[in-house]
Amino acid sequence: MSVEAVTLTNEEAARRRIGTTAALAVIVVLLMLISLGIGPVRLSPLAVAQALFGGGSEVSQVIVREIRLPRTLLALAIGAILGLSGASLQGLLRNPLASPSLFGAPQSAAFGAVLVIALGLADVRSYALPVAAIVAAFASVFVLLSIAGRNAGLLILILSGLAISSFAGAATALVMNLSSNPFLVLEIAFWLLGSLEDRSFQHVMLAFPFIIGGGLMLFSQRHAFRALSLGEETAQSLGVDVGRLRLFVISGVALGVGGAVAVTGTIGFIGLVAPHLMRPLIGHDPGRLLVPSALAGSALLLAADIAVRIIPSTSDIKVGVLTSIIGVPFFLYLIMRERRALGGGVA
Amino acid sequence: MSEAALLTARGLGVRLAGRVVLKDVSLALSAGHLVALVGPNGAGKTTLLRALAGLIPSEGEITVGGDALASLPLRERAKRFGYLPQGHLVHWPLPARDIVALGRYPHGATDPARLSPKDAEAVLRAMQAVDVMEFSDRRVTELSGGERSRVALARALAVEAPIILADEPTASLDPRHQIDVMKNLRATADTGVLVIVVTHDLGLAARFADHVLVLKEGNLVSWGTPSEGLSERVMADVFRISAYRAEYQREAVIVPWADI
Repeated sequence: MSVEAVTLTNEEAARRRIGTTAALAVIVVLLMLISLGIGPVRLSPLAVAQALFGGGSEVSQVIVREIRLPRTLLALAIGAILGLSGASLQGLLRNPLASPSLFGAPQSAAFGAVLVIALGLADVRSYALPVAAIVAAFASVFVLLSIAGRNAGLLILILSGLAISSFAGAATALVMNLSSNPFLVLEIAFWLLGSLEDRSFQHVMLAFPFIIGGGLMLFSQRHAFRALSLGEETAQSLGVDVGRLRLFVISGVALGVGGAVAVTGTIGFIGLVAPHLMRPLIGHDPGRLLVPSALAGSALLLAADIAVRIIPSTSDIKVGVLTSIIGVPFFLYLIMRERRALGGGVA
Repeated sequence: MSEAALLTARGLGVRLAGRVVLKDVSLALSAGHLVALVGPNGAGKTTLLRALAGLIPSEGEITVGGDALASLPLRERAKRFGYLPQGHLVHWPLPARDIVALGRYPHGATDPARLSPKDAEAVLRAMQAVDVMEFSDRRVTELSGGERSRVALARALAVEAPIILADEPTASLDPRHQIDVMKNLRATADTGVLVIVVTHDLGLAARFADHVLVLKEGNLVSWGTPSEGLSERVMADVFRISAYRAEYQREAVIVPWADI
């Protein structure tokens, strides 16, 4: 036996991972082109590509670059941060059922945003909105991880998540209940449904700094997630500062999810689904799942946002509704798969 | 235990949730020794191991190779201790090789797919030492308990630290695997590493250890060679048992016999 026995097989697996990641990136680019081509005026991917780079007619340039590009960019970034947040929470808690939406983070962020609007503290396009959403998301994830403690079982996590999302939902309902302004109620309903319609570059500017900041924070912890596969104590013995890691993950998820929710409302279950789709292709290493999960999240949200525009219906289907309709049965399937762990109360 | 001690503790105390779990433990342990840490359930064995590795806050003073543990940054501490916790828990079905490679994490090899030749050699040495090369590509979750414990041991060895702390590495293993693990730790100690093993198996402790440390209710009550440290008086006072004592192939034989 030689050193090659340790390193060569690794290279083979690495090639497969790089191939999968590259293929995902290509899929994301194709979906972006399709997303930019769909609307009242249909454009072929080729025409979209031309318009993007200053070719084609002036009308198609305006349609693609000014009207549709913000929506597509938001789908790309928000899908990515949701996938990355899900993979990070699963890595931190060593638990395949962890995700922002099951922990009530988007619901809490939505409450933060709604509260700011209801109190008349800010209009829909000020930075107060994402900041409020981020603070609320941070509080929800912080509370959840504090309840869960160091080596929480699945049951505690899911129950605490249920309690937090119910509470955020109830608080939002209370704001709706107390509001005498019908426009406000309509506005709030938008946050509960989640949509990418009619987004502008202002929205992009509002959300992107937070999404990118949160994403970088989560990505910087990829190696620590790997060490954490051996449990918190062993990870600590290997030199991982577990307390700092937790704070990074809570902050990263709050920044990303809060920033996303502030401009699109709650879009659930992408964070849960994306890492699961990647595990059979990439393997279970939580550090290596981050980037593919982000790409898968982008692909899922872009596809869902294309679907809501293609599916014929009398009124617009909101993309957040669609992701939940698909995500919840998937969640049930995962519960069935994890039944043994859940029944035992420990995972 | 007087020659230049590798690991020392003075007045070591630990409180967990307001309860005193360990009080005023002082010890000095040298390189190249296999030390068995024994005591009844709840005596504070695991707590002592964790405190020595700096994994939990403690009172008193710990030095490693002459440096105060408290003054060492996390990464530097990690290079000095190979810590093997109970249960050999792995949360994701990762290949055995990747688990062992995590032992190089303190040395900056945070990605098992990109090991430097030096790190790859250390991983190989550790895997060969406990004979786990044959299931290098298998997922640890698919291995038997005995195989998994060997992978966990290889992971701790791969750190190539001057000190190995192993918490009940033989628990729930069949007799052959117990001897196998202890032989590996003995061989590691013989290469100049200080190995501290928590165990409930007084027979294994007597057979393989150079020294035993006996804990009772958070106090270090006895220490010395196995036959001194586990004297008849200690067996009666601490464990409240009598034991059959003998010598076989110049090793102490201690078999717990009856409760008293």
